Amino acid sequence: MLAKRIIPCLDVSAGRVVKGVNFVELRDAGDPVEVARRYDEQGADEITFLDITASSDDRNIILHVVEQVAEQVFIPLTVGGGVRTVDDVRRLLNAGADKVSINTAAVNNPQVVADASGKVGSQCIVVAIDAKQVAPGKWEVFTHGGRNRTGLDAIEWACKVASLGAGEILLTSMDRDGTKNGFDLGLTRAVSDAVAIPVIASGGVGNLDHLADGVTEGRADAVLAASIFHFGEHTVREAKELMRARGIEVRL
Amino acid sequence: MSRVAIIDYGMGNLRSVAKAIEHVAQGASVVVTADPAEVLAAERVVFPGQGAMPDCMRELDARGLRPAVLEAAGSKPFLGICIGQQMLFEHSEEGNVPGLGIFKGEVRRFPADKMVAADGSRLKVPHMGWNEVWQKQAHPLWAGIEDGARFYYVHSYYVDPADPALVAATTDYGIPFTGAVAQANIFAIQFHPEKSAQAGLQLLSNFMSWKP
Repeated sequence: MLAKRIIPCLDVSAGRVVKGVNFVELRDAGDPVEVARRYDEQGADEITFLDITASSDDRNIILHVVEQVAEQVFIPLTVGGGVRTVDDVRRLLNAGADKVSINTAAVNNPQVVADASGKVGSQCIVVAIDAKQVAPGKWEVFTHGGRNRTGLDAIEWACKVASLGAGEILLTSMDRDGTKNGFDLGLTRAVSDAVAIPVIASGGVGNLDHLADGVTEGRADAVLAASIFHFGEHTVREAKELMRARGIEVRL
Repeated sequence: MSRVAIIDYGMGNLRSVAKAIEHVAQGASVVVTADPAEVLAAERVVFPGQGAMPDCMRELDARGLRPAVLEAAGSKPFLGICIGQQMLFEHSEEGNVPGLGIFKGEVRRFPADKMVAADGSRLKVPHMGWNEVWQKQAHPLWAGIEDGARFYYVHSYYVDPADPALVAATTDYGIPFTGAVAQANIFAIQFHPEKSAQAGLQLLSNFMSWKP
């Protein structure tokens, strides 16, 4: 049986892994290669890098990070953050990324999803969707960390990007992100049921049961988390052991 | 030390495959090449592939690599990966294109009506992630790899060989499908050993010391 995936997410700024503390202060959390290798050893199924480098001058640094990690860590790598064009996608794939995640650029120009998947294949293209609940059973797509409304219905948008050629959806609840209250399971399930491509649940994980809930109740194909792994609260292996105990198929 | 050529016909990044082989075969000469002469000069050949099979076939021929691939597949330790496995067959449903025809059989898409899990939930396509690979024949490339070990897959099509004796492994995803085929000097897999952590590195290591 196919295993449900656990994906640690690393924020990378100017070539270093950083951790947000109280949403403002960024603290250095190490060398991306070392952190990625540690998660690989713990049994992570994939690793996602989110490039949050503020200065556009430093944008190319992420390419070197990806090159170095891909030389030493032999599990799939996804990279997102500031990806705007098909050329951006190609550069990241050539550096060693297996998948590239597109967020705001897809909203601004949905054609980029079709162009990118046409060039490099759907399997390389992840569309990241940041959603907020606006009414019972209704979620809207936001950009810029939840500040900008788009007017797009999250479920309709997910179906649209799937039809444009996205191979996977990274779905983040902006209501839950950073709260540690668990995934928005209603949102996760609604999107997962609506599309035929895999959905990664993200935003809100505060304990290991939340990860399992994302699969059992949210019907996610994979679960992504950052802080519960970074701050040493839990290892990926512990997460998998708990998921297995709850009857979920995992790679252990 | 062994000289291995990874055939580069412009479809996807081959760096990970090259780095994974360098990682397991220290001192091996690994060359990523589009030059038929280099393919023919190598002792071992890796035939990868990413994206869509029609594009892969077109780019292979645009670079004049077909004769070198056929020659290598008939004479040297030869490892097909992903679309590089699919292209060895006669025909693909993807884009309705012919393949190289080394093996009889068809490349098929996962049937929509069978994509249902045991609990009734929908199985997503592409088949993406770590799934169990059940070995169907003893083979030197399985050395040190547990039966049912998980490898990383990402694909929407799979090979359906006409000759069941070719099947070296199967995986279940809605249906049982062929994950690996083997015949003489050819071993070809749908999953990605370069992305499959320890099990994948072991398979690549086995390939580098394989004497068919």
